[in-house]
Amino acid sequence: MRSAISRSVDPAFAQHLNTVSTMKQHQHEATRLLTRADLRKRTRPAEFIAETSITGIAFVSLAAIVMIFIFAFREAAPIFSQPDVAAGQVQAPIEEQETYGEEMVASAPESAAPGKESARTDRDAEEGATLENLLGSVWQPVSSVPKFGLLPLVVGSFKVTLLAILLAAPIGILAALFTASFAPRWSREVLKPTIEILAGFPSVVIGFFGLVTLATLLQSVFGYTYRLNAFVGGVAMSLAVIPIIYTVTEDALNAVPKYLTEASLALGATKWETALFVTLPAATPGVFAAVVLGFGRAFGETMIVLMVTGNAALLSPGIFEPVRTMSATIGSEMAEVVFGDTHYTVLFLIGAILFLFTFSLNAVAEIFVRKRLLRRFGGG
Amino acid sequence: MVTKKRRLIGAGVIGISAIAALAIVGIVAAVTGTIVAGGWSTLSWEFLTAAPSEGMTAGGIFPAIVGTVFLVVMMSIAGVPIGTVTAIYLCEYAGTRSVLARGIRFAVNTLAGVPAIVFGLFGLGFFIQFVGGGIDRALTGGAELRWAQPNILWASLTMALLTLPVVIISVEEAIKTVPQDLRAASLALGATKWQTIRRVVIPNSLTGIMTGGILAVSRGAGEVAPILFTGAAYFLPHLPTALSDQFMELGYHIYIMSTQSTDVDATRGIQYATTLVLLLLTFLLNFSAIYLRSRIRARQQRS
Amino acid sequence: MTTGPLPLQPKISTSTLSVLYGAKAAVKNVSLDIPANKVTAFIGPSGCGKSTFLRSFNRMNDLIEGAHIEGSVRIDGVDIYDRGIDVVELRKRVGMIFQRSNPFPKSIYDNIAYGPRVNGIRDRKRLDEIVESALRRSAIWDEVKDDLGKSALALSGGQQQRLCIARALAVDPSVLLMDEPASALDPTATGKIEELIYELKDRYTIVIVTHNMQQAARVSDLTAFFYLGELVEFDETRKIFTAPSHRQTEEYITGRFG
Ligand SMILES: Nc1ncnc2c1ncn2[C@@H]1O[C@H](COP(=O)(O)OP(=O)(O)OP(=O)(O)O)[C@@H](O)[C@H]1O
Ligand SMILES: [Mg+2]
Repeated sequence: MRSAISRSVDPAFAQHLNTVSTMKQHQHEATRLLTRADLRKRTRPAEFIAETSITGIAFVSLAAIVMIFIFAFREAAPIFSQPDVAAGQVQAPIEEQETYGEEMVASAPESAAPGKESARTDRDAEEGATLENLLGSVWQPVSSVPKFGLLPLVVGSFKVTLLAILLAAPIGILAALFTASFAPRWSREVLKPTIEILAGFPSVVIGFFGLVTLATLLQSVFGYTYRLNAFVGGVAMSLAVIPIIYTVTEDALNAVPKYLTEASLALGATKWETALFVTLPAATPGVFAAVVLGFGRAFGETMIVLMVTGNAALLSPGIFEPVRTMSATIGSEMAEVVFGDTHYTVLFLIGAILFLFTFSLNAVAEIFVRKRLLRRFGGG
Repeated sequence: MVTKKRRLIGAGVIGISAIAALAIVGIVAAVTGTIVAGGWSTLSWEFLTAAPSEGMTAGGIFPAIVGTVFLVVMMSIAGVPIGTVTAIYLCEYAGTRSVLARGIRFAVNTLAGVPAIVFGLFGLGFFIQFVGGGIDRALTGGAELRWAQPNILWASLTMALLTLPVVIISVEEAIKTVPQDLRAASLALGATKWQTIRRVVIPNSLTGIMTGGILAVSRGAGEVAPILFTGAAYFLPHLPTALSDQFMELGYHIYIMSTQSTDVDATRGIQYATTLVLLLLTFLLNFSAIYLRSRIRARQQRS
Repeated sequence: MTTGPLPLQPKISTSTLSVLYGAKAAVKNVSLDIPANKVTAFIGPSGCGKSTFLRSFNRMNDLIEGAHIEGSVRIDGVDIYDRGIDVVELRKRVGMIFQRSNPFPKSIYDNIAYGPRVNGIRDRKRLDEIVESALRRSAIWDEVKDDLGKSALALSGGQQQRLCIARALAVDPSVLLMDEPASALDPTATGKIEELIYELKDRYTIVIVTHNMQQAARVSDLTAFFYLGELVEFDETRKIFTAPSHRQTEEYITGRFG
């Protein structure tokens, strides 16, 4: 056996083996038998350092993410533990404020207890964020009797968001349908980068455009009284939402298996019938996800509403009235509040609500829709 | 049989969807056109290199440009490497089936949709109050307010967090495009996991990683909400020199100038030109990302 | 020539080896001795566990979540699933060629030099020598010697596969595992790979999975037939193809199923 091997080794390879046999930790050439020593566990410092630091850094960033979840609620927590966090408390050291979070659940029911309320009538004038106060319909955080009614803000947010979705959803979905089903190649090549540009517009730029151009234009068309109002906000906001709805819808449409559309076409259906009655229905969960994600984006968007909705916290039914959204309230008031007072805490509460709401919307889009899509297309 | 009626409806459907598509092109053209037309005449070398003057009704936007660049650079330094490494961890080290990895992925995905303003709140509550307050108490016993107030460091870190999910998601996508075959080839040759990552996975997804980084950075560069109360200043006569300084920023400048300045109408030119500069900056970032991506696509098609 | 399949101490030896994906066994209770410096072919219908079995020899199955083994695999008498075994070192000594050729998107030179480089060889002259001899051994040197700097992806499919063989040889393993190395190639390229296998067996223990009966007959000394995860028959190739002792083997090689 051995002699047969050595006879057939060509000179170049013999040299190779020479070279190779000097490789670190390599077995001796003559035997070519593996031994336990060849295969014993090595310590590889580079490997260890790389793995440890990658894992470490990953955990730092995950810790940061967890922190966001915690701190989004932490600063809002005092509301639930101290029904009357008011002017008197402002001077309290910050550390003390921070401990309130732990009692949140335990003392929440107390805050609604009428006995406690009446015992504090002397402080009612400076009353902070009781439940009734928060559910009230007046937002007047800076006045001798501060009122923290969230209702106008919530209504404002929904007004603008719904308007934006009503505008953006048809445009985004139809445009996606056009790209996925009808568009000639060249127009797709124009449309895609255009959408990317639109998605790349900073929201402050859209806000500025809404403020100086859209507002004036729309007022001259519709002839309403207030130049800046919920309607202008919705229109401007739709510019920020269209790219999301378009992109997600188009993905969903493209994910519809070819055999479905081909079967439809083979049965004599026209292109548009296939698109409308086969492709679009098959992609419904994706389209739904698109709208949900768009809704979340619009609901949390700050700069656009801050600039074009007029920012008056009025509870009104009309869409041509100025409104103030939850996000805009945080954006415009947070810079002026005193750390730790009721106003500050309520703004954080609004932030926590925004967070929870958009987070749930995303979770719905993420879990529910993806599962539905998977089931529909057989786990592909 | 295609009847006349069917053909008419078909034309209608296609027509309406084509109009929707056209509308998008129109919108983009209108926004871009308005801003270019409004800002072009004010844009000048002096505008780019001078500080605002006469109560911000004249002069340029130099401090805002510098502030924006500082912010973007610091945010990238803080966020992009950590995001990239996290993505590598998720793709290469964390098992796909592990509950932890799935939980992390879920958190990252949903966090990407959390409003920017909430990140601002986090910056205020965590960085300024908690960390900054802690530093101040440790240094001066809380007597002096130095770190527990808005500054460029806290603003950058807040922005870094905002872009973190974006970086993680896009880098993960880039890494996933590296064929499993190549990893197998490397490991079968006796390369270790880290050698495989360093010599095969990263080089083959580098363009994708860069694209993800740039896209994240450009998203960050355009966001104003997170810095409203974590560091941006209305007006500063000087450039930031320390991490504890506040700074001017282009987007914030647009917001302030167009909504709260003393004479909004008189400064329209400045507002337009500032918007134009911000737009150019984000376009530059976006186009380089799109360009890189198209190169990746071309390469993938060739092989 | 001896008549039994065990002329010498076996190079690879499995004993009651089962490989499971989760709870499902893809390889069931296989005991098999593969002799050194021979070509051993694994045949059997699709899904019968040939690749899984092959991958257990260099522990590539470790990379699949949920995969684990029962029983043992010994190479030169060393239990490679022992806790003290370094998988990385094992894979340097047990090379693998995949069904789909998978050159790195790098130059031809860098592909071959990959293994030596991860082994710490930096010296350019030494690398040059290794690259040349590996390419010569894989009978592709003459075709590529003038453009070693060219991308490996620019080679033809057959050349790419021989490049992958050269790449594996450059770390100087003593065992070569080949999982359908020629299934994606045309007859000419397949012929070249087979010739190459024939030449390499002087120096390496080769295990090849193939769906091509002629190929198994042409290149292998021994053949193992698997069915539904079990080893049905293992003997000299000549015997398997002329007088198999199991009906299933005969039905398979005569093309009645599979
Ligand atoms: N990664 C995996 N996870 C779970 N099951 C697997 C995996 N890989 C293979 N299997 C299963 O194990 C069994 C054997 O697969 P294997 O690939 O080893 O067969 P094979 O004989 O190589 O088939 P082929 O000739 O088609 O390559 C099959 O039933 C297959 O479904
Ligand atoms: Mg196989």
